[in-house]
Amino acid sequence: MARSTGEDAQALFHSLRSAYAATPKNLKIIDLYVAFAVFTALIQVAYMAMVGSFPFNSFLSGILSCTGTAVLAVCLRIQVNKENKEFKDLPPERAYADFVLCNLVLHLVIMNFLG
Amino acid sequence: MKANIVARGISTLSRNFLTGSYPLRAVAAHRVWNWPSLFSSFSSSSSVHGELQTQPSSSTRPALLPAESVNTSAGARVRQSMSASETAGERTVRHAFGNVLAFFILLLIGVLAFSIRLFSVIKYESVIHEFDPYFNYRVTQFLTKNGIYDFWNWFDDRTWVLNSLNIPLSVETVCVFTAPTFSAFASWATYFLTKEVKGPGAGLAAAALLGMVPSYISRSVAGSYDNEAVAIFALIFTFYLYIKTLNTGSLFYATFNAISYFYMVCSWGGYTFIINLIPMHVLLCIVTGRYSSRLYIAYAPLVVLGTLLAALVPVVGFNAVMTSEHFASFLVFIIIHVVALVYYIKGILSPRMFKVAVTLVLSVGIAVCCAVIAILIAVVASSPTKGWSGRSLSLLDPTYASKYIPIIASVSEHQPPTWPSYFMDINVLAFLVPAGIIACFLPLSDASSFVVLYIVTSVYFSGVMVRLMLVLAPAACIMSGIALSEAFDTLTGSIKFQLLGYSSVNSQAAAGDASPDSTSAQSNALKPDKSEETAKERTSKKSKKKEKEREKEKEQVDQSSVQPRAGRRLQVLPLEASIIGVFLLILLGAFYVVHCVWAAAEAYSAPSIVLTSQTQDGGLHVFDDFREAYAWLRHNTEVDDKVASWWDYGYQTTAMANRTVIVDNNTWNNTHIATVGTAMSSPEKAAWEIFNSLDVKYVLVVFGGLVGYPSDDINKFLWMVRIGGGVFPHIKEPDYLRDGQYRIDSQATPTMLNSLMYKLSYYRFVETDGKGFDRVRRTEIGKKYFKLTHFDEVFTTHHWMVRIYKLRPPKNRIRGKAKKSKSVRNSLIISWSKAFPKFNAVSDRLNPAENEFSINLKKDCKDQEEPLAVKRFLRFYKLLSQGSEVGLVGYILLQAIFRKVIPYRDVGKISRILQYCDILVYISVFCSRRESRIIEFVGL
Repeated sequence: MARSTGEDAQALFHSLRSAYAATPKNLKIIDLYVAFAVFTALIQVAYMAMVGSFPFNSFLSGILSCTGTAVLAVCLRIQVNKENKEFKDLPPERAYADFVLCNLVLHLVIMNFLG
Repeated sequence: MKANIVARGISTLSRNFLTGSYPLRAVAAHRVWNWPSLFSSFSSSSSVHGELQTQPSSSTRPALLPAESVNTSAGARVRQSMSASETAGERTVRHAFGNVLAFFILLLIGVLAFSIRLFSVIKYESVIHEFDPYFNYRVTQFLTKNGIYDFWNWFDDRTWVLNSLNIPLSVETVCVFTAPTFSAFASWATYFLTKEVKGPGAGLAAAALLGMVPSYISRSVAGSYDNEAVAIFALIFTFYLYIKTLNTGSLFYATFNAISYFYMVCSWGGYTFIINLIPMHVLLCIVTGRYSSRLYIAYAPLVVLGTLLAALVPVVGFNAVMTSEHFASFLVFIIIHVVALVYYIKGILSPRMFKVAVTLVLSVGIAVCCAVIAILIAVVASSPTKGWSGRSLSLLDPTYASKYIPIIASVSEHQPPTWPSYFMDINVLAFLVPAGIIACFLPLSDASSFVVLYIVTSVYFSGVMVRLMLVLAPAACIMSGIALSEAFDTLTGSIKFQLLGYSSVNSQAAAGDASPDSTSAQSNALKPDKSEETAKERTSKKSKKKEKEREKEKEQVDQSSVQPRAGRRLQVLPLEASIIGVFLLILLGAFYVVHCVWAAAEAYSAPSIVLTSQTQDGGLHVFDDFREAYAWLRHNTEVDDKVASWWDYGYQTTAMANRTVIVDNNTWNNTHIATVGTAMSSPEKAAWEIFNSLDVKYVLVVFGGLVGYPSDDINKFLWMVRIGGGVFPHIKEPDYLRDGQYRIDSQATPTMLNSLMYKLSYYRFVETDGKGFDRVRRTEIGKKYFKLTHFDEVFTTHHWMVRIYKLRPPKNRIRGKAKKSKSVRNSLIISWSKAFPKFNAVSDRLNPAENEFSINLKKDCKDQEEPLAVKRFLRFYKLLSQGSEVGLVGYILLQAIFRKVIPYRDVGKISRILQYCDILVYISVFCSRRESRIIEFVGL
């Protein structure tokens, strides 16, 4: 039983890797960006756990900035993904412009909130 | 009149739309089943967004014809028969005509929504009425004087925009007309929202309904300068943007959605409704397997941006992440990420591998989930109120408020509504709503499921609090708009079919069957079309059922007899039935309009500050007693005299009479309100003592017994007792009750008859008609002849609606007490002078006789810079003469001040801050403000 699960897991990894290798390069870049944002958020959470969240608005804006960036990047990724049939008619330029606008708003708010 | 025109306009419009709307519906129905084509048609319509486009898909149809061959097969079927002779050019003209017509109808609706709320200005004058808005008014005055930064600290409305544009308007004018303007905006927002859900016809109907729904009118008549009028607009607009984002999947709209959410947070505490409703909808979509990446785009950025923006608002602050009201959104935020990941992995893996992955992840994932949920519950449970604020709790548990917070329960708009109030506030909409819900379920799309969820939750909330009828009103309007437009579609459609004759119907049906591309795709498209037809059937039946029972039966008979004839798919009503149906629907609309206009003109426009009544010969009688009383206060009392009244009149007294009040409409200072409540329910002497300790000079009561004004203080007395009893246990509610009722007739309890409120209300009342008949309670009063011992009647308005009493000066009663207090004082002085050598320097002034002292004091004060503060300190002296130890401390403090131990300037400052406080607070703050020197001096 345990052996079969291990094999399954291995097969799963293989197929995951091969499936992911097929994704276009620009999507991979976005994925990297998302991973970086999430990683930064995790670092902040770890810092908060150790030191405390005293300037709470700073902590909050830090976390939410990372989360927001990641979420927006995921949205962008969904929209520019060629395989996603729902967004076939949306030109990538438009998707990118929306992404920039949303980021602009997000970071203006965060700057305001940083205190 | 105007409303009638609009209603008629809608009916003609839906007739005009007939040809255009059928293809549209076919497309809409098809969309639900085929997401890619859905997006293609929506994105094409979003390219012309921002304008008033009434035919999103059909106006862009020529460009999309090749891509939508599937859709046109369904659409063409109808179009072929209905407009066989129609060329493409004519169609374009027709659509353009529809666009322009819709635009003008919207404009008219806006004008209607604005003008229906002006009754109060026309009938009375351009005043701000109600009690709460006076606070907003004062804030706005403050705002225009001090500019934007103070505005942010004060947090209120946006009139400064208009003033900065140099439009010559007074602040008051702007305040009066803010609400009607925003209600026009709200009806436009409703149009857009409903258009996203069910198409432009329904949108127009919903907008027209919302423009005059009485529930909303009650909050937004000209002069009710309240934030709810703005908030409803923000609410609807946020929902619209959410649906728009959900339909288009565009980040652009998601951004604006967050910003409009911010606007909502600014304007009303009811924003928690949004931040809970949207996650609920997202969860519903996920559970029912409707997850799509558009859902992710609509929701995830909203949570992050919305939370941040909400945290920017000072009132909300960190509550945006700290309270349980917002936890639902975060939980769903996590869930949607998990779901998104699952869908993504499902997309890139083969089904077999996916199964493996699921089994692997599930075993691990469930354990993790349990742990996280356990931690969350522990965190929430550890906070005292479980993280929920009192107002929200009273929403979820209707009995919460009456159990714990009488002050919330005392406001009449926080009571559960009665059935008549439903009928009064949303009228026929209440009957149309079920039809609308059914129409939403056939076919169910993301947008319509959201609207259904909205109506269900808002119905629940409106059942908890009358005030939240306001949230229900837009939902009811949207639903009824949908129902009405579907019914009109069916009825006018069948009229048209009838006029064209059965032959064309049959040939059209045949054409539909025989069309070359009637493949599986077509049958797919036809199925929803058919189900929609039946939906319309049902809708029309439904709406008529509400109208008249007999009519309904006849209709059903007709329908059943006709159905076999009318072909397989297009179930056409007989001509007579549909004409009658249209007629009845218009009648229904007319009934609604008449009711709304009546409500706007009579029920809701009357400012509570000026009242009118019809005299028997039809003339109008104006009761302007409130302003009479406030004018009297303003002209006949000293500037710093304090007035005690029940808190409803607090802001008004402050704004109109310019006098300090003990309690005002800021209901969160419970203790002060309870003190006044206690005083009002105590016997005269005890009440006098309470008021005197609060430094009150005048007591104001509102009494409606002479003219039959129902919301007077006797009717509010129940809450005075409850709130007072909640803080001061010696006030017991059963003492005032006879057979579980508050009575003021001969059956009344002695406690009731001796309470201050009874005495102040009915003093000399028997002199009016010789019997003392109270017109509100419809009974003769219990105790008719009595005298007041501690209060003097100083003013009673023309209709006796406001009565003002002055506290009698205490001098006649102090003799006995003074001796005793003197000894207390002396012993205190001795002990203090032992403890603090500095004290002697002051206390030598204490010894002379009191009269002498006051003369000296006045002499001392003459050359001081702050005569106001001097007066206040003279009151301290008065308190002292009563002999209380508190007064003594104040007296010593006073001495300290006059001996320049404390700089005099600070006294003025502090006394101004502490207007409301009594002596003890005064001194304790004093001590904390000044250095140890004073503390040491006073010996505290």
